[in-house]
Amino acid sequence: MGAASVKAEALATRLGGLALPDGMTAARETALARLSAMGLPGKRDEYWHYTDPSALNAVQSKPAAVSDNGAALFSGMDAVKLVFVDGVFDAAASDDLTLSGVSLGCLATAPAGHWAQTAYGALESAGQNPIARPWAAFNTAFASDGLLIHVTGKAAKPVSVTYLRRYDAANVVLHHVIKLDAGAEFTFLEQGPAAARLNHVIEIDLAEGARFHHIRAQGRDLGRHAVTHIFAHLGAEALFKSFTLTADGALTRNEAVITFAGPDAKAHVAGAAMGDGAFHHDDTVFVTHAAERCESRQVFKKVLKHGAVGVFQGKILVKKGAQKTDGYQISQALLLDDDSQFLAKPELEIYADDVKCSHGSTSGAIDDTALFYLRSRGVPLRAAQSLLILAFLADTIAEIEDEAIAEDIRAQLETWLARHES
Amino acid sequence: MLEIKNLHVKLEEEDKQILKGVTLSIGAGEVHAIMGPNGSGKSTLSYVLSGRDGYSVTDGSATLDGADLLAMEPEVRAAQGLFLAFQYPVEIPGVGNMTFLRTALNAQRKTRGEPEISAGDFLKLVREKAKALKIDADMLKRPVNVGFSGGEKKRNEILQMAMLEPKMCILDETDSGLDVDAMKLVSEGVNALRSAGRSFLVITHYQRLLDHIKPDVVHIMAAGRIIKTGGPELALEVENNGYADLLAEVQ
Ligand SMILES: Nc1ncnc2c1ncn2[C@@H]1O[C@H](COP(=O)(O)OP(=O)(O)O)[C@@H](O)[C@H]1O
Ligand SMILES: [Mg+2]
Repeated sequence: MGAASVKAEALATRLGGLALPDGMTAARETALARLSAMGLPGKRDEYWHYTDPSALNAVQSKPAAVSDNGAALFSGMDAVKLVFVDGVFDAAASDDLTLSGVSLGCLATAPAGHWAQTAYGALESAGQNPIARPWAAFNTAFASDGLLIHVTGKAAKPVSVTYLRRYDAANVVLHHVIKLDAGAEFTFLEQGPAAARLNHVIEIDLAEGARFHHIRAQGRDLGRHAVTHIFAHLGAEALFKSFTLTADGALTRNEAVITFAGPDAKAHVAGAAMGDGAFHHDDTVFVTHAAERCESRQVFKKVLKHGAVGVFQGKILVKKGAQKTDGYQISQALLLDDDSQFLAKPELEIYADDVKCSHGSTSGAIDDTALFYLRSRGVPLRAAQSLLILAFLADTIAEIEDEAIAEDIRAQLETWLARHES
Repeated sequence: MLEIKNLHVKLEEEDKQILKGVTLSIGAGEVHAIMGPNGSGKSTLSYVLSGRDGYSVTDGSATLDGADLLAMEPEVRAAQGLFLAFQYPVEIPGVGNMTFLRTALNAQRKTRGEPEISAGDFLKLVREKAKALKIDADMLKRPVNVGFSGGEKKRNEILQMAMLEPKMCILDETDSGLDVDAMKLVSEGVNALRSAGRSFLVITHYQRLLDHIKPDVVHIMAAGRIIKTGGPELALEVENNGYADLLAEVQ
């Protein structure tokens, strides 16, 4: 059997019994056609070389116990608080869907003729080139729910989403569409253990001068398998900032696909991941500079112990004519023992001659000299280690502009470190 | 205060004896200086006393107010009042100098069973001590020693000492890399801390630091041993004649 037919077979098995949900019918059908042409990812795919997709491909999701959700994040924040349970919007547990400067709706209940009809799946579809992302197409076809957010001005407050799950084997497909008009501003926060197996897509379309901030915390559930995609499309002078904190999870693949379509825009993606034991965490980023004078930054750090595995695949593609591009990429892992490993594949592909692009990737242990210096000042071993781990992650947290949010994230990191001292 | 007896130290990794029987007794309130050529084992002594990995003590002992120093973790030695101003202060990217100072101070207090210092009291204290050492707000905010000049790093060591108020201070070549003005600042910082209950072990290569920080006793160290002990005049002798005569004398 050829590779293509193996993939088609795997897809047919995976889709057996699944029906397209109602609404967004045209977009779902074309997504399914895309997916059928691609098939499911396999171990032979270069893009999945470091991450085994078989747990995602399997028909049945593995149960993953809902562990202690830990302290809620962003609780002190004045925000529109929304709740999804097992992939479905829970109106009763949520604030009203009203926010000045923003139109808020839900995918599952979007009426015919809704603005998102044309936007839904559009950036995902565009993001399938030059590299196929089958799980994103799957998501557009089968998403059960999600938010449809149209920001027309400066949003009065952030939208803060909490994901909860009731079932150990919850298999959830969520899809948000976020559109910011010219000059609009919006902050989007996400947290919580969404599913035992999660497929999550956010499409973000930023018009000229729009400013978007995204902070998410992927919850502390050990057995979780998750594949997420962010598709961002930036107009001139737009600002896109996304930070992800990942603690635990058996498998997490976070993809970010970012395209600069207008000049003078900025996109920063950052991630801090911490894993202990059965933890495989993959950050895969693809940034396309198709306009002049844009700035992209990728800052990804992972703390790994007891055999945890970290993966980073980051690409900066600078198209012909995208002069004065400023592209930066750093991926680093702190290995707390010899069993853990970090696999990195940084890539630059540049077709313009006047650009500044750099990338770096390192992995190493805690600096013994710094550790001794701290201890010689009276800081006990564990506390000194934690301080140095937080210091290692500091660059990623520095990408969060709101100091209160950054403080929340730091507290979450400290809690995790305290739980995983030995 | 500090009693070192017949201390023998070798490297853990290789079979190399570095300290070959060091004996030293520093009483409360005393200032002792150790001088000696490069490679004689001065820094090794300071590291072994403060508990750095990589050395094994093959013989001898070291006690601080009677307690076995060598059996304690480095952080416990610090909480018991031992302080080492490093010859090469360490850069810690990502950890703010203020955070570092507050964490250290509170950790020591906690180990000793004392309450944490309040944020307000801490700020007041650090500002006052920093001012005396001409350490500006920017240096306090920056990550520990990152981007500091040689002199700034050394002043930062003295600031830590002033904040932590140890009873046994070891200064390892705190004068190296300092210009005359910085040397004055650092010496004033040290002298301000001199008291009846606090002792100093000042390791230096040159006599000039000892013009500012007047020692009670001067030891000459060579090849892992104290080869001569005397008063401040011994430092002058080294200054005038170098180490060659002294070394010849013992051989
Ligand atoms: N970690 C080490 N590895 C190898 N050699 C060392 C190490 N530490 C010290 N030494 C050696 O021990 C001797 C004493 O060094 P040190 O204590 O730094 O001397 P000083 O401070 O008096 O200049 C030198 O020969 C030095 O090379
Ligand atoms: Mg030395």
